[in-house]
Amino acid sequence: MSAPPPPAIEARGLTRVFGGGRSLLGVRRPGVHAAQDVSLAAHAGRTLGVVGESGCGKSTVARMLAGLDRPTKGAVLLDGEDVTARRGVAERARRVQYVFQDPIASLNPRKTIRQTLEAPMRRLLGMGAPARAARLDDLMAAVGLRAAFLDRHPHEFSGGQAQRIAIARALAAEAKVVVLDEPVSALDVSVQAQVLTLLKRLRAELGLTLVFISHDLAVVETISDDLAVMYFGRVVEAGPARAVYAAPRHPYTDLLLRSAPRPGVERLEAERGAADLPDPLAPPPGCAFAARCPRAEPRCRAERPELDEGGDDGARVACWRPLR
Amino acid sequence: MSGLRAAMAQLARNRLAAVGLALCAAIALVALAAPLLPLPDPNATAPADRLLRPGAPGHPLGTDHLGRDILSRLVWGARVSIAVGLSATAIAAAAGSLIGLVAGYAGGRVDGALMRAIDVVMAFPYILLALGVVAVLGPGLMNALFAIAVVNVPFFARTIRGVTLGLSRREFVEAARLSGASHATILFSEVAPNVAPVIVVTMSTTVGWMILETAGLSFLGLGAQPPQADLGAMLGEGRGLLFTAPHVSVIPGVVIFALVMSINLLGDGVRDALDPRLKAGALAAPGAATAVRRSGAGEPAKGEGLAVSGLVTEFASGGRSLRALDGVDFAVAPGERLALVGESGSGKSVAALSLTRLVPSPPGAITAGRVDFAGEDLLAAAPERLRRLRGDRVAYIFQDPLTTLHPLFTVGAQVAEALRAHAPLGRKAAREKAAELLEMVRIPAARRRLDAYPHELSGGMRQRACIAMALANDPALLIADEPTTALDVTVQAQVLDLMRGLAEARGTAVLFITHDFGVVSALCDRVAVMYAGRIVESGPTAQVLADPAHPYTAGLIACVPVLGRPDRALAAIEGLPPAPDALPPGCPFAPRCPHVEARCEAARPPLAPVGEGRAAACVKPLAGAA
Amino acid sequence: MGAYILKRLALTVPILVGLSIVVFAMMALIPGDPATAILGAYATPENVERLNRQLGLDRPLVAQYFTWAGNLLQGDMGRSFALNRPVADEVFERFGATLVLAGAALVLASALGLLAGIISAVRQFGWTDRALTLLVLVGVSTPSFWLGLLLIMLFAVELRWLPASGMFAIYGGGDLPDLLAHLAMPAVTLAVVAAGVIARLTRTAMLEVLRQDCISTARAKGVAERRVIYVHAFKAALVSVIPLIGVQAGFVLGGAVYVETVFQWPGVGRMLVDAIARRDLLLVQGGVLVVAAFYVLFNLLADVAQTLVDPRLR
Repeated sequence: MSAPPPPAIEARGLTRVFGGGRSLLGVRRPGVHAAQDVSLAAHAGRTLGVVGESGCGKSTVARMLAGLDRPTKGAVLLDGEDVTARRGVAERARRVQYVFQDPIASLNPRKTIRQTLEAPMRRLLGMGAPARAARLDDLMAAVGLRAAFLDRHPHEFSGGQAQRIAIARALAAEAKVVVLDEPVSALDVSVQAQVLTLLKRLRAELGLTLVFISHDLAVVETISDDLAVMYFGRVVEAGPARAVYAAPRHPYTDLLLRSAPRPGVERLEAERGAADLPDPLAPPPGCAFAARCPRAEPRCRAERPELDEGGDDGARVACWRPLR
Repeated sequence: MSGLRAAMAQLARNRLAAVGLALCAAIALVALAAPLLPLPDPNATAPADRLLRPGAPGHPLGTDHLGRDILSRLVWGARVSIAVGLSATAIAAAAGSLIGLVAGYAGGRVDGALMRAIDVVMAFPYILLALGVVAVLGPGLMNALFAIAVVNVPFFARTIRGVTLGLSRREFVEAARLSGASHATILFSEVAPNVAPVIVVTMSTTVGWMILETAGLSFLGLGAQPPQADLGAMLGEGRGLLFTAPHVSVIPGVVIFALVMSINLLGDGVRDALDPRLKAGALAAPGAATAVRRSGAGEPAKGEGLAVSGLVTEFASGGRSLRALDGVDFAVAPGERLALVGESGSGKSVAALSLTRLVPSPPGAITAGRVDFAGEDLLAAAPERLRRLRGDRVAYIFQDPLTTLHPLFTVGAQVAEALRAHAPLGRKAAREKAAELLEMVRIPAARRRLDAYPHELSGGMRQRACIAMALANDPALLIADEPTTALDVTVQAQVLDLMRGLAEARGTAVLFITHDFGVVSALCDRVAVMYAGRIVESGPTAQVLADPAHPYTAGLIACVPVLGRPDRALAAIEGLPPAPDALPPGCPFAPRCPHVEARCEAARPPLAPVGEGRAAACVKPLAGAA
Repeated sequence: MGAYILKRLALTVPILVGLSIVVFAMMALIPGDPATAILGAYATPENVERLNRQLGLDRPLVAQYFTWAGNLLQGDMGRSFALNRPVADEVFERFGATLVLAGAALVLASALGLLAGIISAVRQFGWTDRALTLLVLVGVSTPSFWLGLLLIMLFAVELRWLPASGMFAIYGGGDLPDLLAHLAMPAVTLAVVAAGVIARLTRTAMLEVLRQDCISTARAKGVAERRVIYVHAFKAALVSVIPLIGVQAGFVLGGAVYVETVFQWPGVGRMLVDAIARRDLLLVQGGVLVVAAFYVLFNLLADVAQTLVDPRLR
């Protein structure tokens, strides 16, 4: 048997520091590590879910994957090929596309939908006018919108419709990988279900690889094959989604799952102490979660755990005292 | 383009702007037609006819100290002033906008360098810089024009840079990058069209000012040089004759004033028409209580709790009236916790705000229904009575604690204020009580946090402070409008746990607004589901969740993913809720309902009992059909 | 707070340096032979040569700048040939008079502007608001040099209530009532435009603040409406109004040029106009530099005041 194919998209040790450097007078400025040593991979045709609360660095990672931001350290690989050093977004955009959280803000208010959708076809694929026209109809049909909408402006659409258009734009470049940053968070629940269903269908029909970023555990669970949980800029747990959801190994993943409200569950388990993140300008030397962790021991505060090799089910965890 | 047409229509509706436009056009027309008009040569001197008063034969506005015809000089002078003002504006706008666009889009070092240079230019008091430029170049009309343009470049550059900076961080710019657009393409074809209205507004509001300033330089003798005259130079020349022949200086002043005033009127109109913030009528400041315009008060409700019946709240928008609430009925008994569940636009927040008339008014108004609280009709209460109720018997918690707390006052001061608004407490006593309240909501180091400003606290701590503020006077009813939506899930769990514990311990009734059935389960005994401004179902939480009666409730439950059940098919509700200005005559959910029949579309079904303690507004409820 | 002021002060230094470079560059940009341009066509050859030496025009520009800036730091701005006295003496003597005028105008404009803006916002859409809005529009459209003339005609010529020009009466003046009588018309003339601009922005800022969530919160907790407007809303509005008052200081200092000309007020503005007409360029240079430096420092104060109101800026 030959070696398994490389992941469609992979992050290796991605680190992004904001600020930092030195001021004019040579004084060292504090830098904030928005993402630190993040490694994850999405295999062809599968969906990688990335969950975490605000400030965990999940959006920073998503932007680096799509080439919207350059990592301070680390690499992004597409089909095993390191594309980090390539300048220019356009080349990467042919292979990785991105869907934003706020669908209305991601569409230029002064352009028609036709202009917005034609841009990637013309600029990235060099398609001629007849080819573009045919493809436009296909795209609109694929995301379930009428072709008559093409000549309207973004303000005439609801949030759900706008997000369909944004997905159509991502598809227009014919990229095989789509990174979605909180694509349904701005939508109402009934519309959210429509968009999730659409994404599942498109993934199956077009063989897309999705990286799905969200804070909503239930949403991620319905769409993900694999999962990465982030806390304070690092991946604390990663593995097959089913395995992690069924029996989390990291105490933070466990806390997240217990905190999520579920219809029909009357009592939520809540931490007693403050649920605050450490100061990003003065990160603790050990595990960032240690201050909140009910299982923490002195070693957790002193020494940072790395992601382990993973158990039988492939779930890897960065914890000195994992739950299993 | 439709946007442009709407802006023109708005401009036409503005009466003051229309006056400005008419006056401005009249002056411009006369100035343009100067060579065609039967006027004497403006520079022809006639010493014999000097200083004639207005009304003199052949000189309707009199003559100046050299016997030149003032009317003719005015017309020709206005021509010069307008031309100079417009040219200066165009130059300043072009140069400033370009700098602003580049600086705002490029950001980083380019932005830093350009803006520091602009800062230095702006460090000169306005006219002084113009004087300096004229001092170097020497007096003269073109030099004055250039000087005025130069001193206005920073103003344009800063304004445009600010707007560009905001736009450049918008997602659509990044989306354009992912569509393969180059930086130049993005700047000039994605960003610039969105900046254009701001440039037009800035030009229209500054052109009057520039005309005034060039006239000013000419008045000082530094602009137009004799014998050529613009309006300012005429005024300057006449100044020495103030005591003997005031008309020589007063008349040009009147023309400058009329010209600048008309341009400013027009400019304000253009601004109002193009500024999106003003377009939505959003700049209207709401009053202290929502306007109530109802024809009859209806029957008072009995009981100690809250009873709402037939409540209708409308919003005026562009001459139309949008019904946010279309006849809402519900009740909260003392100590009961009711959840009001719905999607955005369902009217749940408006319902919460309508209870103590906190809906912004204008544009909102309550047009029908009753709100009874402890036997009192709140919609008939006097403003002072409402004020005494709010924060005392009925308290609120809102969604985003960062915007709902006042950023410039300490947390302690804001909690103390809630106390002092309702009880004769001294400063020290109020502070002491505030510290106790912060401890009650389990804020660590509560006493030290009294002097913290809201931005110094985390989101969860801020929301705890809001809860402390709301519970300060031990209210009988706590109204919470999506208080955990802006919070992270672990913090949300803590806040829900806290609210539940406090409400249970104090017997506080809670009206909890949310879109999340999971949150409802965690906190509330009963639930009311809203759709298109109406309650479509109500009942005990567990029963409604397990066995929904209204098809909308069923759909809403089915379309939300549930943790631990990833394989459950998500049954999306197709279509969209009806627009509030186009509510159908029948059931508002009928167009999306999988069980729709002809009678559903004929008349709106009333909220009718479906079993013990439950009600649904449906002609054939799915469950509990008694 | 102290650290913030120091930091802000440090940021002011580059601005002041930039300012001096611009002012210096102005002289360097004068077309033709600077010495002749500065001294005028009738200058004696000795004077031209002396000035050339003094300006060090044979040396590179950068070296010239450092010599010039060094002299400046020692209070030496050169000599005005028309007045035959040191530029610094003349400028500082005149600057006092301008400060009195501009200060009075700014205080007047701020008081009137804030008041009108708040009233206008609170009575939005009512007739008071409409009347004030129109009045403000008239104010910002009125040429101050023309308004000054009208005031002189009314109060000095017709009614004979106030003196038409100068800062003090020539005989027997010099006390405070005399100063106030002379100050009244120029200060009002100078304040009109600034008051209008401040009123406009205060109105907008108040309206914007009154729509914010924190105002709803204040109402929801039962705070009295007067307190909501004059404490909660006004304090929030001040954050954007204070920098505007800083900017208006610049307009008032600059606008003083017209008003001083109309009312023969012995300030820097009138001095500058006369100096430009006489091509007394060193005097122009000194005058512009001193007023601009003062304006920069005033804006520093405005910044600090804004920080006092808004803890988020600290």
